[in-house]
Amino acid sequence: MAVLVIADHTNSALNDATHKTVTAAKAFGGDVDVLVAGQGAGDAAAAAAKIDGVRKVIHVEGEAYKAQLAEAMEALILPMMGGYDALFAPATSMGKNVCPRIAAKLDVMQISEVTAIEGTDTFERPIYAGNAIMTVKSSDPKKVVTVRTTAFDAAGESGSAAIETADAPAGPFKSTFVSEEVSKSDRPELTSAKRIVSGGRALGSEEDFQKYMFPLADKLGAAVGASRAAVDAGYAPNDYQVGQTGKVVAPELYIAIGISGAIQHLAGMKDSKIIVAINKDEEAPIFQVADYGLVADLFKVVPELTESL
Amino acid sequence: MKVLVPVKRVIDYNVKPRVKPDQTGVDLANVKMSMNPFCEIAVEEAVRLKEKGVATEIVVVSIGVQQAQETLRTALAMGADRGILVKTEGDVEPLAVAKILKGVVEAESPELVILGKQAIDDDSNQTGQMLAALLDWPQGTFASEVTVDGGKVSVTREVDGGLQTVALDGPAVVTTDLRLNEPRYASLPNIMKAKKKPIDEKSPDDFGVDVSPRLAVVKVSEPPARQAGEKVEDVAALVAKLKSAGAI
Ligand SMILES: Cc1cc2nc3c(=O)[nH]c(=O)nc-3n(C[C@H](O)[C@H](O)[C@H](O)COP(=O)(O)OP(=O)(O)OC[C@H]3O[C@@H](n4cnc5c(N)ncnc54)[C@H](O)[C@@H]3O)c2cc1C
Ligand SMILES: Nc1ncnc2c1ncn2[C@@H]1O[C@H](COP(=O)(O)O)[C@@H](O)[C@H]1O
Repeated sequence: MAVLVIADHTNSALNDATHKTVTAAKAFGGDVDVLVAGQGAGDAAAAAAKIDGVRKVIHVEGEAYKAQLAEAMEALILPMMGGYDALFAPATSMGKNVCPRIAAKLDVMQISEVTAIEGTDTFERPIYAGNAIMTVKSSDPKKVVTVRTTAFDAAGESGSAAIETADAPAGPFKSTFVSEEVSKSDRPELTSAKRIVSGGRALGSEEDFQKYMFPLADKLGAAVGASRAAVDAGYAPNDYQVGQTGKVVAPELYIAIGISGAIQHLAGMKDSKIIVAINKDEEAPIFQVADYGLVADLFKVVPELTESL
Repeated sequence: MKVLVPVKRVIDYNVKPRVKPDQTGVDLANVKMSMNPFCEIAVEEAVRLKEKGVATEIVVVSIGVQQAQETLRTALAMGADRGILVKTEGDVEPLAVAKILKGVVEAESPELVILGKQAIDDDSNQTGQMLAALLDWPQGTFASEVTVDGGKVSVTREVDGGLQTVALDGPAVVTTDLRLNEPRYASLPNIMKAKKKPIDEKSPDDFGVDVSPRLAVVKVSEPPARQAGEKVEDVAALVAKLKSAGAI
């Protein structure tokens, strides 16, 4: 049995989501190969070769792979699937974009965002914003799986798998990369951060969001997240959104500030180890999941908290 | 240009879903059902394209039980022109939905299909991508901005690192993210008008699609409940708690 894992990377670096997906693939069983498709992705391929338990890395270079667009990825991966029993990818924006295309072409039902693997055909996955956990048994000959990375530990980095290169399909493809606007920050990345401070609608403006959240984050060495309401209002960029339809996180410490705790938000953070809520409404639902709740005006207590750390 | 918008009837997003005691699923009896919020955004986008003179006709399609007709009516009241109900006994998996939608696309020849990125019940996030694959069309998923210029569709996508813009050679599939637009409420006159708009009824057989599930549901269970902790008096007490818990 063999599993192909699609690596999530930025060309220059491999994302930690890949290590977690390898752990999930190993729980599924069989040999695990990792595909690194990119442009100038030699470093990412080298990093993938170090992941424990990887049989080999397949490194593909091509201009169309710079942003790993789905159409080009399909052309590359579909012909490879003859040699694999399963395709695994992290449920990142890349994995979510690419995998269903391949599943459809293989005529199999994708199993999205699995949180547990019981053998080679049975998987657990959250549905209804994590309000229910469904166990499904797949009758398809090949499995296509996206992995909720917060549910799996990152595989270690003491391996030394061989790196094979493979040719990129010629193209052209029906989609082309035009541009990107990458949010730059020196803070840790949200999905792999050990600590997160997350701000909601109560912050009131982009200016105050930055003024109150950033110094606290910096004191804690934390990443900054946000509720949908804060993102919609333009206080924070879209990639800060935590929740059912944003990023799913599970840090050691999650501090929710001026966030009410709608089910869609809880879906993205309720597996955090310690949750702190700061909210002036003592009835706010966020307190139902918080280990420590402080009923107070954030504009008063957040500076105090920052000061006292 | 003709635009096709698939809309799904799901549990209303304000309702907290309850798992059935026998673990066979989520209890939907007497629960408020609505259009999936991402599908509302898709309908709104199509209506705006029509208002700009880009779209000429908007066809909405839903695959589901008879009551999915109400969801189609909502879309018609927002400004879609006609509906297609593909009637099924119960829920259909995304792969079968995508196959039925492929049949609808072949019959209707739209140049753009706009879907939601995700249905908030199954949280699958796959139907649009599957449809694009089956049609061999390009896809612009998780869209926060869509512009149509002749045969080209430019889509700005919400991705993990920020925003990404791709150019698609139409016909194309687009899936909507939250920031694409804010859907309108249908006005009373438009709700009345929508009652007269046509809804065609079809079956999966009309498209030669076998809807038998590939994933058998073994069980549906409650997630482990998280206990509410304690309230602390002030910042000093909070800091002390976090220190003793080893969190800071
Ligand atoms: C399809 C769909 C998908 C969604 N996906 C997501 C998602 O992924 N993530 C997400 O977060 N949401 C999501 N939502 C939105 C969600 O339902 C809520 O609307 C949103 O989470 C609310 O954000 P909020 O808590 O910041 O705002 P509000 O609900 O307005 O809460 C603000 C809170 O701040 C408190 N407050 C006000 N002033 C102060 C003060 N001075 N000091 C302290 N506290 C104060 C208030 O008491 C209140 O509890 C989604 C919704 C839909 C329909
Ligand atoms: N039964 C259905 N009828 C119509 N459209 C659907 C159906 N299921 C899924 N879709 C479309 O596909 C999108 C994504 O759904 P999913 O892949 O199930 O998360 C939805 O927002 C709809 O636009």
